[in-house]
Amino acid sequence: MKKIYFDNNATTPIDPEVFDAMMPYLKEEWGNPSSIHWAGRGARKAVEEGREAVCKLLNCTGLELIFTSSGSEGDNHAIKGIAYAKKDKGNHIITTKVEHPAVLNTCKALAKDGFETTYLDVDGDGLLNLDQLKSAITPKTILITVMYANNETGVVFPIKEIGEIAKGRGITFHTDAVQAAGKIPLDVQKLGVDLLTISGHKLYAPKGIAALFVKRGVRLVPLIHGGHHERNRRGGTENVAGIAAIGKAAAIAMRDMDKEAAHLASLRARLEKGLAERVPHIKINGHPEKRLPNTANVSFEFVEGESLLLNLDMKGVAASSGSACTSGSLEPSHVLLAMGLTHEMSHGSVRFSLGKMNTAEDIDYLLEIMPPIVERMRGMSPLYAGAK
Amino acid sequence: MYSEKVMDHFSNPRNVGEVDGPSGTGMVGNPACGDIMKLTIKVENDKITDVKFKTFGCGAAIATSSMVTELVKGKGLDEAEKISNNTVAEALDGLPPVKMHCSNLAADALHAAIEDYKKKNAAK
Repeated sequence: MKKIYFDNNATTPIDPEVFDAMMPYLKEEWGNPSSIHWAGRGARKAVEEGREAVCKLLNCTGLELIFTSSGSEGDNHAIKGIAYAKKDKGNHIITTKVEHPAVLNTCKALAKDGFETTYLDVDGDGLLNLDQLKSAITPKTILITVMYANNETGVVFPIKEIGEIAKGRGITFHTDAVQAAGKIPLDVQKLGVDLLTISGHKLYAPKGIAALFVKRGVRLVPLIHGGHHERNRRGGTENVAGIAAIGKAAAIAMRDMDKEAAHLASLRARLEKGLAERVPHIKINGHPEKRLPNTANVSFEFVEGESLLLNLDMKGVAASSGSACTSGSLEPSHVLLAMGLTHEMSHGSVRFSLGKMNTAEDIDYLLEIMPPIVERMRGMSPLYAGAK
Repeated sequence: MYSEKVMDHFSNPRNVGEVDGPSGTGMVGNPACGDIMKLTIKVENDKITDVKFKTFGCGAAIATSSMVTELVKGKGLDEAEKISNNTVAEALDGLPPVKMHCSNLAADALHAAIEDYKKKNAAK
């Protein structure tokens, strides 16, 4: 059976070049980078080379980068780190309703320590209203945290504009750029952010390695107390192989970004156009232009997402859904609900997130199998009978 | 995560559709939780002679709907009334724990259909 992977926003396969770059640090160069002896020197070199490569992608200095274990750790470190460092100045945080749970649940967890969070709305296209942001700011606001690109819809937020608003009011600004990394430019100088999170496994590196940019001069309370690692900002012996991998992945992203973005955009257009021509009663979620080039979020009216995913899986196609059944909760996607979709349309959503390994043939295969699947499931749906 | 039986009923669901001139109709679930089941039954001499379902929902919702129609076809009403959501889940070799409360509504749909039949019958 064919195996086609359209779930690259969940995780990406490991690029063979990245794999080759990390292997020496799982075999020969197994030393501790903090050691001064021969065993540690190669490992230290790998850590610093990896750091340099990631810094190039972000356009920052090595002093401004902390390696972490995951995007979630980066988000936690940024948000809690700023909140506790600035608690004498205020207790108010601004974020959006459509953030990743790593941000939403961190803000919620801070409530027990007296922090209050404003969650900004999005419109039907998934976009923010910056006037709402401006009017949400109070003298107590210490942090704005807004994602660069949404993991479910791919909608891209105006980080530069938000950065200017934050800077004008002396508010620290963090962005979760986990989904944006490698797909759109991530120059922290141009974006004007104080903190930015990325993660390796959305960038063709393995799981377990990520990075947090912290602008020089921004004071942050550590999340993991420990040794002197990462200039005393993050305890824990460095994940040397992971750092070598994310460094290589960053270098590849810089080298290939323009080419890959064009490739992804053309595949996504083929997919969305093809589906619209072949399947009636669908809705493509998210602003048509202000989106990552790789993400297509489609609601199939009258049917439920998990049942579509099971059908796709039986044909070898991996995708994901905003249905409650795939989130492990009773509620469907908080992102689609915030955009004003009905519960039925949110449950009926499927996310196809493309990656650099995908081809036009993959899209054509999907376009061939999808119409009969949707037709079969609609034939079973009590909602469809009423709509005919 | 699903048993083979669940996947069998999901891939080849039994008794999909609506019974012509149903003796009773049961509709349960709601769009918020993502599962809506509609069960129609034909009752003759206190026996369920035909039963069909239509379901909007996940794999578990479709498989339980399909299974309940197999369990009750040809059964007397009193027997059918004893079938619970757990009976249906057991007949499918179990469901993932998270599905037990949200997508395991097929017996509820059956009971609603029987109740509808009884109400209609009492009115006659």
